[in-house]
Amino acid sequence: MLILTCPNCGETKDESELHAHGEAHITRAGPEATDEEMETYLFERVNPKGVHFERWHCSYGCGKWFHAARCTNTLEVFGTYSAQTTEPPKEIIDILDKKRPGWSWRKFGGTAQ
Amino acid sequence: MSTRLSQGGRLIDRSAQQGFSFNGKRLKGYAGDTLASALLANDQMLMGRSFKYHRPRGVIASGAEEPNALMNLGAEGKFEPNARATTTPLFDGLEAASQNHFPSLEFDVGALNTHLSRFLPAGFYYKMFIHPRPFWKHIYEPFIRQSAGLGKAPKARDVDTYEHFYAFCDVLIIGGGIAGLQAAKVAADAGLEVMLVEQDPHWGGRAPVDGTGIDGKPAQDWIDTTVAALGDMPNVTLRARCMGAGVYDHGYVLCYERLTDHAPKAAGPRHRLWRVRAKQVVTATGAIERPLSFAGNDIPGVMLAGAVRDYVVNYGVSIGDRTVVVTNNDDAYRTAIALKEAGLEVPAIIDARTGGAGALGDQAKALGIRVETGKAIAKVKGGKRVTGVGICAQAGEGSILEEIACDCVTMSGGWSPVVHLWSHCGGKLIWDDALAMFRPDGDRAPTSHDGNPFVITAGAANGALSDVLADATAQAAEVVSRCGGKTDAAAPTEANTAENAIEPIWLMPQGAAHKLRSKSWLDFQNDVKVSDVQLAAQEGFESVEHAKRYTTLGMATDQGKTSNINGLAILSKELGVDIPQVGTTTFRPPYTPISMGAIAGEARHEIFQPLRKTPMHDWHDANGAHWEPVGHWRRPYCFLRGDETPEKAVHREVLNTREKLGLLDASTLGKIIVKGPDAGKFLDMMYTNMMSNLKPGRCRYGLMCSENGFLSDDGVVARISDDTWLCHTTSGGADRIHAHMEEWLQTEWWDWKVYTANVTEQYAQVAVVGPNARKVLEKLGGMDVSADALSFMGWADGTIGGFDVRVYRISFSGELSYEIAVPANQGRAFWDALLEAGEEFGVMPYGTEALHIMRAEKGFIMIGDETDGTVIPQDLNLHWAISKKKDDFLGKRAQMRSHMADPNRWKLVGLETTDGSVLPDGAYAVGEGTNANGQRNMIGRVTSTYHSPTLGKGIAMGLVHHGPDRMGEVLDFPRVDGTVVKAKIVDPVFYDKEGAKQNV
Amino acid sequence: MKRYSAFAIAREAFRYHTGWERAWRSPEPKKKYDAIIVGAGGHGLATAYYLGKNHGIKNVAILEKGWLGGGNTGRNTTIIRSNYLQDPSAAIYEKARSLYEDLSQDLNYNVMFSPRGVIMLAQTEHEVRGYKRTAHANALQGVATEYIDARRVKELCPIMHIEGPRYPVLGGLWQPRGGTARHDAVAWGYARACSDMGMDIIQKCEVTGVRRENGKVVGVDTTKGAIDCDRLGIVVAGHSGVVADMAGFRLPIESVPLQALVSEPIKPCMDVVVMANTVHGYMSQSDKGEMVIGGGTDGHNAYTQRGSFHHIEETVRALIETFPMISRLKMLRQWGGIVDVTGDRSPILSKTPVEGVFINCGWGTGGFKAIPGSGWGFAELMATGHSPLTAEFGLDRFREGRFIDESVAAGVAH
Repeated sequence: MLILTCPNCGETKDESELHAHGEAHITRAGPEATDEEMETYLFERVNPKGVHFERWHCSYGCGKWFHAARCTNTLEVFGTYSAQTTEPPKEIIDILDKKRPGWSWRKFGGTAQ
Repeated sequence: MSTRLSQGGRLIDRSAQQGFSFNGKRLKGYAGDTLASALLANDQMLMGRSFKYHRPRGVIASGAEEPNALMNLGAEGKFEPNARATTTPLFDGLEAASQNHFPSLEFDVGALNTHLSRFLPAGFYYKMFIHPRPFWKHIYEPFIRQSAGLGKAPKARDVDTYEHFYAFCDVLIIGGGIAGLQAAKVAADAGLEVMLVEQDPHWGGRAPVDGTGIDGKPAQDWIDTTVAALGDMPNVTLRARCMGAGVYDHGYVLCYERLTDHAPKAAGPRHRLWRVRAKQVVTATGAIERPLSFAGNDIPGVMLAGAVRDYVVNYGVSIGDRTVVVTNNDDAYRTAIALKEAGLEVPAIIDARTGGAGALGDQAKALGIRVETGKAIAKVKGGKRVTGVGICAQAGEGSILEEIACDCVTMSGGWSPVVHLWSHCGGKLIWDDALAMFRPDGDRAPTSHDGNPFVITAGAANGALSDVLADATAQAAEVVSRCGGKTDAAAPTEANTAENAIEPIWLMPQGAAHKLRSKSWLDFQNDVKVSDVQLAAQEGFESVEHAKRYTTLGMATDQGKTSNINGLAILSKELGVDIPQVGTTTFRPPYTPISMGAIAGEARHEIFQPLRKTPMHDWHDANGAHWEPVGHWRRPYCFLRGDETPEKAVHREVLNTREKLGLLDASTLGKIIVKGPDAGKFLDMMYTNMMSNLKPGRCRYGLMCSENGFLSDDGVVARISDDTWLCHTTSGGADRIHAHMEEWLQTEWWDWKVYTANVTEQYAQVAVVGPNARKVLEKLGGMDVSADALSFMGWADGTIGGFDVRVYRISFSGELSYEIAVPANQGRAFWDALLEAGEEFGVMPYGTEALHIMRAEKGFIMIGDETDGTVIPQDLNLHWAISKKKDDFLGKRAQMRSHMADPNRWKLVGLETTDGSVLPDGAYAVGEGTNANGQRNMIGRVTSTYHSPTLGKGIAMGLVHHGPDRMGEVLDFPRVDGTVVKAKIVDPVFYDKEGAKQNV
Repeated sequence: MKRYSAFAIAREAFRYHTGWERAWRSPEPKKKYDAIIVGAGGHGLATAYYLGKNHGIKNVAILEKGWLGGGNTGRNTTIIRSNYLQDPSAAIYEKARSLYEDLSQDLNYNVMFSPRGVIMLAQTEHEVRGYKRTAHANALQGVATEYIDARRVKELCPIMHIEGPRYPVLGGLWQPRGGTARHDAVAWGYARACSDMGMDIIQKCEVTGVRRENGKVVGVDTTKGAIDCDRLGIVVAGHSGVVADMAGFRLPIESVPLQALVSEPIKPCMDVVVMANTVHGYMSQSDKGEMVIGGGTDGHNAYTQRGSFHHIEETVRALIETFPMISRLKMLRQWGGIVDVTGDRSPILSKTPVEGVFINCGWGTGGFKAIPGSGWGFAELMATGHSPLTAEFGLDRFREGRFIDESVAAGVAH
């Protein structure tokens, strides 16, 4: 059972007090989007075996959403950060560069790119 | 025969006799006995039957690793199958019965299988019972199933209770042997919060039995001192009878405390499940002795060497008068010495090593025990009890050199560290050639949330079979340092006897022929022999997982604690590779089985899940409510009067509401306040309709879709003020919709100034419905509820009958209707006031089914009936509720995709059977022919169907291909039995299409 | 191949079983195959088997990173049913179920298919309506199911408590020819039959790259070297995204752990499979006597095949409500499998943007029951370019919004 620290309330919580909601940093495709863009937005997921940026909800805590960078293979949590951002903050990127050299993720970050 | 010695037994209290029964036989033991030791004291060596061949089985171990001695325990609501006799504490009145035999333990017809065993090799069932096909179902499978299982199935409801405890600590130490005690002392002295758990009722593990000396005194002295010291420390929690069951991610550990298994008449829960979150976990779980593989090693009376020593020292029980010891290591000599010291005969120690033992060997010889080196057991003689052994050269093929009469054989193939808890969460193992064991690889520990190791092993569990305290001290120091503390603790002096090296002996003798190998057991419970594993390898089941599954090795209730290593050694030899190349199977929680009751905890029956109650719940309960679960709420389906059936009650409630006055407890409807400068903009994104242009004082029916375009919720939205809206959701939908709103606000439009609050439980809401609705409100008095003052789809604040109310003039029934919200704490009083005032107007409460019928009569859709997660608003002809003016709303783009815009989608219509009967729930309309997969082509389906009390006939709604263009057409709806119901496509509004009844 | 039978066992018994052959050969890879299947789980092996049996394509290699049948094939709760609502699902699952009926004879390997019947419990009015709907659909789809009342549920499963205080049993959807099979035997039986047709099952051979020329597949790179092929079928469940990435396309897939557990074995007490969706749990009794219990998926993506506790707790609690007798049983073992879940929770059996590459994945929590049907349809797709069984399960459906959604019970009441 995982533990994560909600960056909004500062509490470290059991997985059972939170809810995971899949991949983070997905750009919403609006009414002008093509079918391809729509498909990418709604369905296409990185689903990596490794570094994963993901959304969590502090559902039995402060009720706020946050993001986490986590390894889907070892379950290490590299850090959590505000959901109100379009890409991970520099501290998180730095941690990943150090702990997971060569990591990569879609369009941003990653020493591999 | 096995018997109680006149002296000895450090764990029993000879002054406290305990009566118990086994297979109906009355027997006596002592307080402190286990069921196994008490049975052995009564010469009850035969304790069960094996799974496959129904071979007679005696106990082989003294602890958690026992594969054979499994019992049906207790009776009725306290019955438990598969209880391990070696870990079942004896108590006065205990009732035990052996398992898996017919008609009796002594004479079991299933034992016929043992004579057929050559026809029943590993995996035989995959190769037979294939032809003829019908035989499988009617003969083979029923036979196999009847042979399945061990213990009986419980029948009565569990009368015990269970509980969960939560604990947080710096260090959790699993295992209260000397390693665990020392680790706890070091960590606690360094100021850490420590929890120490021990599965047995007593502390100190094997050290007192093995005669270890600590600081120049017997181990027991040091154990007593250390336990007392730990008990006095405020930062230490000690729990005996508490097993570390499973290690999970991020330092989460389950511990299983058996509170009253030893005293079932005591008050309180039976088991307590500890849910521990530890920064560091120390597994000081000791080691388990391995059997040796020789022919006849499963005959009752053949036991592990350490166990025989335990029974003598701990319980004063002798297994036999003449015990032959067979070993590949020095430790078993301790058993020989202990037996000799207890006055029992040890005719010989058979040591497979040519070099024999070290100091312990000298000691044994000094006691006059004959030691044979380089020898092995060719076969054990006996049936239900050992009568002797034939010995041979280990290097040979099993020619018997000599027969020795004996009634007990005690064996030791070496010790395997208990690495289960280390491995549960990904800790890796290395093969230690010198010690012939897999032990934890400290460099590849399980890692926690921060990527750092969080499990460490200490003592024998770490492979330290000697110098245990030094190892425990070092490991504890590492843990202290990981927790940011400091320690300079030194290990107590431990007196160790120098031992000669173990020699890995996986088969005895090394050249044993098939005849011997097919009688050399690896897994005693599942009847897996050396020859079975060899057959698996021969047939290509080379992976250890294949071999395990093919032979069922290690899959019994002991999960291979005594068999796995021996089995994979045989496999590796057969494949001609080293043991580490074969690897181990995966260790899964729990360490030993834990009760389902403990897993579930307190939450059962009435308190299984939280129950949400409206303020009027108790009134409903007292007035005939026929309940229906709706999410965590329960709502009255209808209110039964007298001996009415639910159907009759629903009929009455509908007619009464249509003709007079009905009350519905609508408090479960979700109510969400949305407020702020950008609230209108936000709601325009949430709903398919325009909500920003709704006027204060007015209501609008709104639809919500997912980003995939599917209709997910509906409800009436009221604009309260310039910057405030109140959104009603479906019952049970409030939390989901509130979370949905917050998700978009927090993660997509976080710069929009909008606040939401779920006020569902802050208000009680009553729908006052029917031609007399206005009359009852006017009678109660207060605000003006006339059509002029409060028109349809308007709302107003005011008072009614002295209650502060908010009244919504909305209708889900097609009648004149007011939905009235009052603060929750006044809900019941308001309800009572309405009932009292409504009496002269014929008031009756109605339930959810009447609600459903009335909305269907009016052609209103219901989320969950007309929608099922695949339906878009356009399918339901709700185009009018989809704004054309808005650039965007959730689901808009998705609804433009080709399949969503397809004119061939099924659309909502009304349906009426040609004979007035009720269409079956969920029936499909069929078209011509079949599709490419041979399925009947379907052209529509029923989404809601009811008998309409108002119209006196069946009415239904459904989705039909090109439905709205096919009015009047009659479709075929086959029943499950193939007969057909014919129904005509009609307008979905069956009742008062003009709205004359609600617009008054 | 020597045929398996009681006579064969008797013959071997008298020579100490020395005559048994390997169940499947262990060859080195050839330079080129007509078709390569990546993944020797149930679906991959079944695909290869029907490529050979139905389409005469026998120059086939099945590449497996670990050991065959070692993924979800060997980790599931072995339930077989086809009482699905939507036409495409009912078609492929019923095809699978009907193939299971004769699979032991077809493969000459006893997979112990046990059509003991499956009940899906209705514990809310909503479920009652949902299952009545499914029964109607099934009747038209050629799937034998019926809606039964609570009394009949109790008759079929006497250990069930149907009058619980919170979620009384109102009825159920009954599929009398649903049941269970021995999961390992399905993989082993197909593997033996494939090997017998001359196909090469190559274990411990990991695919590291997919080689393409002009948008068409020409082979794969593996830890045992490069191997050429004309057609490539990717059947690797949770790792589909990883292999698809090598071939240069992405999938609408997420991988999540699914939890399961078994009790200690007890004497037979339950002859049917019961699924209780309101309280999220399902249970059957294996031929060995263990109560086999399936739970929920963990909420987060992960590739660890470990058990976690909080879902087990919920599942067991829920099952005790329905089966009070299990309270005094003990949990023997719990484990996790990695399931690959698509956007509509239905599988993908499809051509891909790369010519010659086909993908079979996304079975989520329901893959075992589909193995023969999946293999049958996917083999036809690979061999001929079209199969009615797989036609609706294409990748293009996500772009078109043409979902196959079985989670129709997700709606709510007013």
